[in-house]
Amino acid sequence: MFGKLTIDAIPWDQPIPLVAGAVVGLGLLAVLAWVVLKGHFPYLWREWITSVDHKRIGVMYLLLGLVMLLRGFIDAIMMRSQQAVAFQAPGYLPPHHYDQIFSAHGTIMIFFAAMPIIIGLMNFVVPLQLGVRDVAFPTLNSVGFWLTATGALLVNISLVVGEFAQTGWLPYPPLSELPFSPGVGVDYYIWALLISGVGTLMTGVNFVTTILKVRAPGMSYMRMSMFCWTALASNLLIVAAFPLLTATLIMLALDRYLGFHFFGNEAGGNMALFVNLIWAWGHPEVYILVLPSFGIFSEVISTFSGKPLFGYRSMVIATLGICIISFIVWLHHFFTMGAGADVNAVFGIATSVIAIVTGVKVFNWLFTMYGGRIRYDTPMLWSLGFLLTFVIGGMTGVLLAVPPADFQLHNSLFLVAHFHNTIIGGVVFAAFAGVVYWFPKAFGFRLHEGWGKAAFWCTFVGFYVTFLPLYAAGLLGMTRRLQHYEVAEWRPWVLAATVGVAISAVAMFCQIAQLVVSIRDRAALRDETGDPWDGRSLEWATASPPPVFNFAFLPDVKGEEPYWAIKQRAIETQHLAAAGEYRAIEMPKNSATGFVTALFATVTGFGLIWHIWWMVGLGLVLAYVGFVVFAWRDEDEYAIPASEVRRIDGERRRAREEWLRRRASAGEVG
Amino acid sequence: MMQLHFLSLAPFAAKANTALERAWVGGGVLEPHGPVGAGNAQILINAVAIMLMIVVPTVLATLAFAWWFRASNKRAIYRPDWAYSGRLELIVWGIPLLVILFLSGVTWIGSHDQDPARPLAGETKPVEIQVVSLDWKWLFIYPEQGVASVNEVALPTDRPAHFSVTSATVMNMFYVPQLGSMIAAMNGMVTQLHLKADRPGGYYGQSAQFSGAGFSDMHFLLRALAPESFAQWTAEARKSKATLDEGAYLALARERAASPTRLYGSIDRALFENVATRRLSSEGGIAGGQAQTME
Amino acid sequence: MTATATVTLPRAPGLHATAEAPGHGEGGPASTLVIVAYGFWIFLISDIVMFSAFFAAHAVLQTATDGGPTGRELFDLRRVAIETACLLLSSFTCGLSALAAEARRVTWTQAALFVTGLLGVAFLFLEMHEFAAMIAAGAGPQRSAFLSSFFALVGCHGAHVSVGLLWLGTMMAQLYVKGFRADIQRRLLCFNMFWHMLDIVWVAIFTLVYLVGVAR
Repeated sequence: MFGKLTIDAIPWDQPIPLVAGAVVGLGLLAVLAWVVLKGHFPYLWREWITSVDHKRIGVMYLLLGLVMLLRGFIDAIMMRSQQAVAFQAPGYLPPHHYDQIFSAHGTIMIFFAAMPIIIGLMNFVVPLQLGVRDVAFPTLNSVGFWLTATGALLVNISLVVGEFAQTGWLPYPPLSELPFSPGVGVDYYIWALLISGVGTLMTGVNFVTTILKVRAPGMSYMRMSMFCWTALASNLLIVAAFPLLTATLIMLALDRYLGFHFFGNEAGGNMALFVNLIWAWGHPEVYILVLPSFGIFSEVISTFSGKPLFGYRSMVIATLGICIISFIVWLHHFFTMGAGADVNAVFGIATSVIAIVTGVKVFNWLFTMYGGRIRYDTPMLWSLGFLLTFVIGGMTGVLLAVPPADFQLHNSLFLVAHFHNTIIGGVVFAAFAGVVYWFPKAFGFRLHEGWGKAAFWCTFVGFYVTFLPLYAAGLLGMTRRLQHYEVAEWRPWVLAATVGVAISAVAMFCQIAQLVVSIRDRAALRDETGDPWDGRSLEWATASPPPVFNFAFLPDVKGEEPYWAIKQRAIETQHLAAAGEYRAIEMPKNSATGFVTALFATVTGFGLIWHIWWMVGLGLVLAYVGFVVFAWRDEDEYAIPASEVRRIDGERRRAREEWLRRRASAGEVG
Repeated sequence: MMQLHFLSLAPFAAKANTALERAWVGGGVLEPHGPVGAGNAQILINAVAIMLMIVVPTVLATLAFAWWFRASNKRAIYRPDWAYSGRLELIVWGIPLLVILFLSGVTWIGSHDQDPARPLAGETKPVEIQVVSLDWKWLFIYPEQGVASVNEVALPTDRPAHFSVTSATVMNMFYVPQLGSMIAAMNGMVTQLHLKADRPGGYYGQSAQFSGAGFSDMHFLLRALAPESFAQWTAEARKSKATLDEGAYLALARERAASPTRLYGSIDRALFENVATRRLSSEGGIAGGQAQTME
Repeated sequence: MTATATVTLPRAPGLHATAEAPGHGEGGPASTLVIVAYGFWIFLISDIVMFSAFFAAHAVLQTATDGGPTGRELFDLRRVAIETACLLLSSFTCGLSALAAEARRVTWTQAALFVTGLLGVAFLFLEMHEFAAMIAAGAGPQRSAFLSSFFALVGCHGAHVSVGLLWLGTMMAQLYVKGFRADIQRRLLCFNMFWHMLDIVWVAIFTLVYLVGVAR
């Protein structure tokens, strides 16, 4: 009746997951109860859950990603603390638990923290920067988000119902095949990622189409913001790489469920095939994350230096270069698998070539700062931290790209330090820079500067104190994923890294404090005009938060940095450009499709994991029915009358005119 | 070879407890005790030096620009329209290009010189050692000497060693950090590795590819021995009454907990071939199979 | 952000532009038709990437027969030829349905779609027959890595055809109930593109899997 699922799936005998699960479960119930009892549910349903507005979906992605970042960080605390005490001792986490934790840490951080945060920022910002009202396929956007949430939900359920994979974040066979992983852990992994992978692919299709086909009049390719270019490159990579992940996980699922022999040890299975396919996806994946991060820094550095981005054309070429080259380097993840000198050398050289195009970007950022008037608000601090940190991470990457060096450092803590160096220095720093930068646009008030700066410094210091010792440990021969270790030489470095994690935990606390204090003091931190940072791109032309339709009139773009031109003109002429004749605006209707599809996807996924076949069938049938119901609707848009548009835009215009007046009376020139 | 012993932080290191650990020579990747490790380390250091030529000026420039062009510095010239310079573009593309070109040469030559499957220079015939990774231990078979050992491998210091590596179960990675490169151990395939130890000593070996619950116990001792001592070691091993035949192999495979070191006095010479071609699976039984040799 | 459903307004500026937009950035957002078709093309590209992963796996595993049956022993090229004819013909009738849809001829559109569906069902029937025969002869996907890759690749294509037929049936029902509305026209266009893509993938399959497999 319930397949493999029994009451013993709950870890009654393991206090840590049991207590963690109970705390989280009770917390969720409490939040749900508060929402329902206070009567907030209709608001939540109408304004968020069924919303197809890219701004709302972006915020929900960010919420998901930031919460999962916290969960992944807790996994990291457990890993470091285990290694701190497990020198010639068993530690407090037995192997089967520790192995799940490091697997969950990597999986959650990549798929459910970093991806949603980056996709959330792209969702919120790209249509605004393109000067349009929404993405190409708003309902598809909602479906994509909710399917990602399904994946996150399944991974978290594995904590309390069953187990998670014990294979590492990429489940290499034969370890991930049935004989060596007979439990449901790998199945949780497979279905969570297959389902959320569909969601991510939808995002890819959506944004490629939006950036190429839905832009404001006059916005040619070379007038798009740098963030939109990097978003385009990232989404092209999603479209070209995620299907490889889908196919490979399907092959692994076929092995595990139907006795196929793609990767196992019998009947001709080939584990190296898995390694090649998964990394053919895996390498582009890290560029999916880091390219928009570069875009965020381009925006922030130019804004806070008070200068246009240096070498725009070069940056575009470099971005597309990284996009293409990222597809021809995958073998550097397994130089030690014995492919031979010629093959290793070719891939090593290709990997180094990425350093050229990335170096170009770094220099262009430096020249953007050169001759600027740099304001060190929190986003700019994160950018500076990035410039220093990412360069080191990139350097260690190029070192690892030389096969003989990799022959000694592959899978060591040196490697672990390298990829955390680039992901934290690149993606995480960008995430925080982007969140602080665009937070006022999304919510109408800025984040508290003091806590923001504290969070930056603690993260920055914490990162180095954690990972510099790990570089050293790797050079001393320490390999990764050790549940306990015997070598005395490694101990001081492992302990030092633990101190770093403690500092990073303080940083997390600062981030939470920043949010809480900002919400409490939001009146004082209000963004009156919609342009708190003296921005240069189109999103700063709107009110904070923007109305649902973004722009009353799609801007007529005449050059690069269109908003800067508009602003300078307004300052010179001391008034805003005349508003045209307001017309009614049609916007897409809300839809429950996303939520409903994800609900049935969760049901289907859970059934597949536990071999509850009737549940699988039911979930698929209901998903199809839900899809048909959606496809059957006759009205997919609603109209906002011209009077309403005029009223909303009028408020924005009044705030801007007030700003112009105050600026003039304060005697600011130019 | 440069001594970077400070990394070992000797004053802070914990005390070595067991005889096994006291036998371990420390130092890691930057203090190699063999030509392969020395070659790798040299290339690593050269690559670091090449990269630092770019990274150090970049970091300094970052700090300099960030500080000089801060808004409160009235002496800095504000150039709000300066967003392009052809000459700078040339330098910005050119310098990384030249550096990477140079590094590519190092990569090409180094990858060929240090190819694990390439025999080491010199005419002495290497010691043949066959390696099988199991859950969770290492089995070393000496086809010429007719002995085998678990979790301990001995090498003479006057000859290189040629390792043929496979796995009985899941993917592992044979690695002795102080002697040289690591190589994957994969079921159904045989990979090749050449190593040599410069001088006698005990070296820490491990698996560098996560392989399951007992992974952390998969370390082994590599004894580099003077030629006479190696002959002694072989003689000692031959004295062992244990025979490594198929039955003993399957019994070894079935042991899940950390396996103690042991020696086998006689071996089935076809065993490695059978394991590598999947004719003998660790669950027991003979099956038809095809091996794939990895170069 | 409440809906004002009762007021009917002239076609107001919304997400997508009017017909004059040329579809490139310069003119503003492209028309809905261009956006939908382009987006679907991008999706089809991603689907082809997925197929290529299965092709790659097959290329690697095609000799891993584990002493079991090979392609030469198993593949019946006559049946493959008939399957190919069914699929190619169904692409043709699908194209006819597109022409009929453009001309707003409901009956001809439905008829052409129906024949397309029939041919698709015939294709699937033949394929399932082939699979069943192979499994009964001990040459199922569990026999060897080669057979695993064969069943997965050809099966993936068959699964796409099945989903396509489900989509086809749903479209025919929608067309029957709602007629040639703009969004239904767009969906029919997408279905056409999907069906033709499956045809192209099949050409790759019968060449690289069946013909090469028999020649080996």
